Amino acid sequence: MKNRTPLPNLYLALITLITYLPIFLVIVYSFNAGRLSSVWEGFSLHWYRDLLRDRSMLEALRNSVILATASSLCAGAVGTLGAVAMTRLHLRANGLVEYLSTLPIMIPEIVLGMVFLSFFSLIGLPFGMTALIAAHTSFCIPYVFMMVKARLAGMDKSYVEAARDLGAGELRAFYDITLPLMRPAILSGMLLSFAMSLDDVVISMFLSNVNTNTLPLKIYTQLRTGVTPKTNALCALMFGVTLLFGLFSFLIGRSKKYDL
Amino acid sequence: MKGTAAGRPRRGKNLPLLLMLLPIYLTTLLLVAGPLVYMLLLSFLTRAEGWGVHYVFTLDNYLKILQPVYLNTFVQSLKLALLCTTLIALIGYPFGYFMAKLPPKWRGLFSFLLILPFWTSSLMRLYGWMIIFRANGILDKLLMAASLTAEPLRLLYTYPAVAVGMVYVLTPFMIYSVYSSAEKLDWGLVEAARDLGATPLQAFFTISFKLTLPGLLSGVVLTFIPSMGLFFIADILGGNKVVLVGSVIQEQLLKTRNWPFAAALSVVLMLLTTLLIYLYRRITKVRDLEGLI
Repeated sequence: MKNRTPLPNLYLALITLITYLPIFLVIVYSFNAGRLSSVWEGFSLHWYRDLLRDRSMLEALRNSVILATASSLCAGAVGTLGAVAMTRLHLRANGLVEYLSTLPIMIPEIVLGMVFLSFFSLIGLPFGMTALIAAHTSFCIPYVFMMVKARLAGMDKSYVEAARDLGAGELRAFYDITLPLMRPAILSGMLLSFAMSLDDVVISMFLSNVNTNTLPLKIYTQLRTGVTPKTNALCALMFGVTLLFGLFSFLIGRSKKYDL
Repeated sequence: MKGTAAGRPRRGKNLPLLLMLLPIYLTTLLLVAGPLVYMLLLSFLTRAEGWGVHYVFTLDNYLKILQPVYLNTFVQSLKLALLCTTLIALIGYPFGYFMAKLPPKWRGLFSFLLILPFWTSSLMRLYGWMIIFRANGILDKLLMAASLTAEPLRLLYTYPAVAVGMVYVLTPFMIYSVYSSAEKLDWGLVEAARDLGATPLQAFFTISFKLTLPGLLSGVVLTFIPSMGLFFIADILGGNKVVLVGSVIQEQLLKTRNWPFAAALSVVLMLLTTLLIYLYRRITKVRDLEGLI
């Protein structure tokens, strides 16, 4: 059924425009020659130059990338293994574990931060990269787990059965049939995890130490104490990276139609 | 066909599967269940001087929430959450609904356009609003140029600014929930209702609205409680003028260092979340939240 009047389409366009307005403004003012983000004083790239010379900024970038890579890899492994095994081996505790493991994306971030802060101090895990990776893995697992599980549930079982009938062993059938079919779900789950980890400020705020400043934490401090167009430049670069990741994931998502 | 990959595996073959299950059982135990149980325990413990806790049972932390200053924060926070969730529903529901009615090609484009900002740092997007709201900033200039206001509104660091920030950050959750509900809707039913003489509004309320209710409610679950916790939005756009439950928890954790009290506040937030999810399941008879991913 098509929308009969143009009104709904106008509404969609308007809200989308408003969604992009703040992002657009941040990017535009990253090219501003002046210091203020209310007066345009001409085009300049010098904030980008400043940014790339800033050591602490590069350090934060390094930390953020390490953190996001490690947690999305861990979440990818744990989530995929769990989703595959749970659809094949029905244990009584599976339902409970499934519910609990997906909780981290439903409960407020501040509660998650509180919970990790107190629990990690209890078990003596020092704040820093290890604690950050553990916490981020925990809230990244649901993304991979749920995507892979949904994918497996929607998968046509006859492919595997055909392979088995043709003499493939269970492992062979898994590698040749199930794994390739799952791959888009695993990848997009991990990409989403990467993005979520890269963006996290609340949980990182509670668990990082002086050496593990991440990019969002840096931006947060600057927003509270005073921004310069260097902050804009950083945000603009991060948006560029997101755009690339987004496009990549979008293309992977599209390959869903390619079902053998 | 016993013993196929999809069927029940034979006994000896369970071992590899058990090993595959081990990581998620372990992470769930160590990174979700354990910490949550400890939070519950912590909320009944006594605060030690300065740092740490005494293992002495007390209900004080919960009673403290009832003190006027904290109770007031809770009420204010709930009010803001209610206001924001209402606005989010009003803005997000039509968006998700209209989006599902688009031809597939356009649907793909819009879901891409929507997910992109969602993936971008929320701080960056809030910064954009800082630029807009700043005194003598873009909004003030526009309004004065149109002679709608005589002087700058100075909206940054006010209650409305925080509300706008929350609505802005959380609306995508609502849109996705509604969209994934509306996408599954059988439009033939709506057409049938129309053929039988229902007005467009009647058809909408008797068919479409009922069938997309799970999406709407799921969106409410995903936005209501988080909006009580998003202290950094209150911090960045509200200065210190708007205090949320989340702000109190953060302060108790990092500044006052009263962890048991922070735990009690978190438990209450968790209970509210659980209550909403329970109500959602009761009303919609759907187990998973719509459009969570």
